[in-house]
Amino acid sequence: MPSGPAAPADPAGLYRVTRLIRRFEERAIELVRAGVIVGGIHPYLGQEAVAAGACAALRPDDLVTSTHRGHGHVLAKGADPARMLAELAGRTTGFNRGRGGSMHAADFSLGILGADAIVGAATPIAAGAAWAGRQAGSDRVAMAFFGDGAANQGVVLETFNLAALWRVPVVFVCENNGFATTMRTEAAVAGSIVGRATAFGIPAHTVDGMDAEAVYAAAVDAVAHARAGLGPSLLECHTQRFDAHHTWEHTARPRYRTDEEVAAARVRDPVSVQGARIPPQLRAEIDAEIEALLDEAVRFARESPHPDPGSATDYLYADGMRPRAGAGR
Amino acid sequence: MTRLSYLKALNLALGDEMERDEAVCLFGEDVGVGITNVTAGLLKRFGAQRVLDTPISEQAFTGFATGAALAGRRPVVEYQIPALLFLAFEQIANQAHKFSLMTGGQARVPVTYLVPNSGSREGWAVQHADHPYSLFAHVGVKTVVPATPADAYGLLVSAIRDDDPVVLFGPSGALGLRDDVDPAGLVPVPLGTARIHRPGTDVTVVAVGHLVQDALAVAGEFAAGGAEGAGRAISVEVFDPRTIYPFDWTALAASLDRTGRLVVLDDSNRTGGVGAEILATAAERMHLVARPERVTRPDGAVLPFARALDLAMQPNRDQLRAAIRRTVGLGRDTADDALPQLRVEEAVL
Repeated sequence: MPSGPAAPADPAGLYRVTRLIRRFEERAIELVRAGVIVGGIHPYLGQEAVAAGACAALRPDDLVTSTHRGHGHVLAKGADPARMLAELAGRTTGFNRGRGGSMHAADFSLGILGADAIVGAATPIAAGAAWAGRQAGSDRVAMAFFGDGAANQGVVLETFNLAALWRVPVVFVCENNGFATTMRTEAAVAGSIVGRATAFGIPAHTVDGMDAEAVYAAAVDAVAHARAGLGPSLLECHTQRFDAHHTWEHTARPRYRTDEEVAAARVRDPVSVQGARIPPQLRAEIDAEIEALLDEAVRFARESPHPDPGSATDYLYADGMRPRAGAGR
Repeated sequence: MTRLSYLKALNLALGDEMERDEAVCLFGEDVGVGITNVTAGLLKRFGAQRVLDTPISEQAFTGFATGAALAGRRPVVEYQIPALLFLAFEQIANQAHKFSLMTGGQARVPVTYLVPNSGSREGWAVQHADHPYSLFAHVGVKTVVPATPADAYGLLVSAIRDDDPVVLFGPSGALGLRDDVDPAGLVPVPLGTARIHRPGTDVTVVAVGHLVQDALAVAGEFAAGGAEGAGRAISVEVFDPRTIYPFDWTALAASLDRTGRLVVLDDSNRTGGVGAEILATAAERMHLVARPERVTRPDGAVLPFARALDLAMQPNRDQLRAAIRRTVGLGRDTADDALPQLRVEEAVL
């Protein structure tokens, strides 16, 4: 796998990443059903164009923070699908050695500063990392992904303020998929998300989040703005969550949107939109390459070892300090 | 020798570490002016790129420091009021603390959270009077509570150099302390090492932070045959853990091997406070010849404003004297049980 964005930002490269994320998520759902991935996942299905387009605008040394629905961002930044799946399956070969799982799987060597399970909580972390890069004399930028639900977290708004005041080279990418778990965005967000950014003097744009090239074009501008020292900006990418908030819904079936709504949301598919822009023969070749890659990734994950229970407190402290055991003398 | 105050020691440590390591930077409210005096002069010396006055946004600047640490800085974050830690608790306990394990060792978060004026400050009360070091120890964040100027210097230096998040509480009751200190002798104090301020053979008093001074005073009384020791001198060892987590259990075991008796003087709420952990561990694993005692804040303490009420909530010397007497068999003393008990039948109604 390449280091940095998973593929070049040409039509075929963007297609490749959207397709990789799509098939990765579908294979991961199969592994959830098979009991190989325990606890389920938050599928990124339908939102692939956002991660693919946004990360294609980044350099390898640029930084990313991700979310509970984070597989797409991590893959788009260039992460190895095999080690990613191994992490989802809790194996020692995963990026986090099986300590993080689906919601935290991240390869720090690619500038991915973690995927965060608390909505909005990674936003200040991205801003701080971006600021630190500038302090160290680098022109790298950070990109903070978060959802429409996070737009209601105070820490996100506090971070907008700090980032604007200090001209931090961070790009806020809000993926508005219409739902915060089961709550509709219009029921949860007063005013607008773009309006919240502009209130802090942060340039903000809405973007067609179902079109990887549209996201890429907007992200290129936002990244250039940050790299030039002009401070943060925000992209509100309107997208659709094709599947469940979490695979738990596949059995629990909470009713918060109708089947017709889901079907309507799926009509315009970001993978198909990008696939239509490249020759069918090339598309077929990419599809076949991805299937082979994921076959190997699934095999790797399934065959990788489980961690030794005796190592449960490993890595608790960066300096190797061992905590007292929970039992015995 | 110079007279060094606790506050000045913290200030010196910050300045020395910022001088030594370009990666050390400072975030907090009013740190430029140095409203707590801890950061006085640092803005002028190191500039606005390393000393950052923050808006009143504790969650954001705490998370910002985590990100800066992940990207190679060593931030120090100052909080003027201990209760502000509650606002930032998610960013410390759930983010900074968990990054190392949840990334399988890929990440380290070398941030120091600096809390001068922790505990009760006369006339501030209620929402400015918390002393939540036990809360951070419970979570597993490295937690230090220096008692003296030299230890304030040495522990802050070690906290900044540590690769994990560390919280340093500077009790308001200790900030005014001054000691004769040789400036050349100011050295890092390793985390997790206790200090015995006064050796003794009858009772070990584990005292935290500003309470070390109370323990020393009471130990002096008992040594002279006072504090109603019935004329008999009682030899009290004053044990200062300095680091609450990780606690120096080895040193405590050695102390109890000498004395066999334990009293903990701890400015935490009683339930789940570090005093409870010290008693439990001593009971499980250490040499005790008498029932251990602890003197703490009451359960669920909220410190009222009126001075008499504020003081009634804090551990005091009378309670300590009584606890020491009980451990050496000088009888049950109820002076420390003066707080009214909640009557259950009234509470139910």
